[in-house]
Amino acid sequence: MPLPIEDIKADLDALLPGVTITVEGSALRIEPKDVAAVCRALKETERFRFDYVANLTAVDYPPTHLDVVYHLYSMGQRCGPVTLKVKLPREQPVVASVTPIWRGAEFQEREVYDLFGVRFEGHPDLRRILMWDEFEGHPMRKDYVVEDQNVLERPPS
Amino acid sequence: MAVDHGVQSELQKQGVFMTTWDQLVNWGRSNSIWPLQFGLACCAIEMIATAASRYDIARFGSEIFRASPRQADLMIVAGTVTKKMAPQVVRLYNQMAEPKYVISMGACATSGGPFHKGYNVLKGVDRLIPVDVYIPGCPPTPQALLEGLMKLQEKIKRRSMGQAVDQKQGEYRIPEFGASGLVPRYNPEVWQPPEPSLEWTATTPPSS
Repeated sequence: MPLPIEDIKADLDALLPGVTITVEGSALRIEPKDVAAVCRALKETERFRFDYVANLTAVDYPPTHLDVVYHLYSMGQRCGPVTLKVKLPREQPVVASVTPIWRGAEFQEREVYDLFGVRFEGHPDLRRILMWDEFEGHPMRKDYVVEDQNVLERPPS
Repeated sequence: MAVDHGVQSELQKQGVFMTTWDQLVNWGRSNSIWPLQFGLACCAIEMIATAASRYDIARFGSEIFRASPRQADLMIVAGTVTKKMAPQVVRLYNQMAEPKYVISMGACATSGGPFHKGYNVLKGVDRLIPVDVYIPGCPPTPQALLEGLMKLQEKIKRRSMGQAVDQKQGEYRIPEFGASGLVPRYNPEVWQPPEPSLEWTATTPPSS
């Protein structure tokens, strides 16, 4: 049974007073400080039971901010995805980890940390997952300069 | 060549077969090229198709894909060489028995292909190890791989066995992981950046 996004917002507003949630297209935008509370409510409320985080990624919007995006499914209610978006500053992006809520988010948060540089507070093992440990920078950021992107490999003169 | 081809074919008509040591040995060498069983991406699927019954690489004597580099003559670099995989590719090449040959199969192995501007892909395996035959395509068809193998056979037949045995590739430096990519980025012994052409310098503003 499909859950209209407005209904989810209304239920969350009733459940969590003091949390600001806005509907943005087919997604819910939440504040960085509310991520843990909203995700826990979405997982543990009987009406939702969003027990599967299918996708956790980020989008870079230079020069101001990054969005961290969560796609949630409910196996019990057979519905999804519900999209959550969190806006973070590009300098020092920090957000609460959802790994304590959904164990499956662990590697996806490590990937977002590796490629976008978002720090997830409370993650059990936050280190690079795709690039090697000695690597510097976050290559999926749009201002990342690839060392050999000059086709002819000439050193800058 | 010591044997004149005209005399040779005349003698063959009379039932006398004459050859040289080099021709005999190279006939054997070029028809028993054992590839390394080693695939990196989707090109490997075409390589597998080439080895299967429809295209049947056994017709060219290369059906024995060895799982150990110590027993392989040919490395078919089948797919995208990521910077993370590149040290292992060079290490496998170093472990192969001499004389050894490399086929660069497909656009990715040859130049990085569609990932050429990415941060994670080596822009051509020829930057780290010497390549004998390049096969274009994305991925190349099994027919193209067989054509590449035939080109390699021609190349092997053109040189005397003594030359092939004398030439030692030796060991190539294994690149290490650095702060922004591989260190060194390429092996200057096998690859140098091309000189910028006049056309290029005229149309591109100098980078700062």
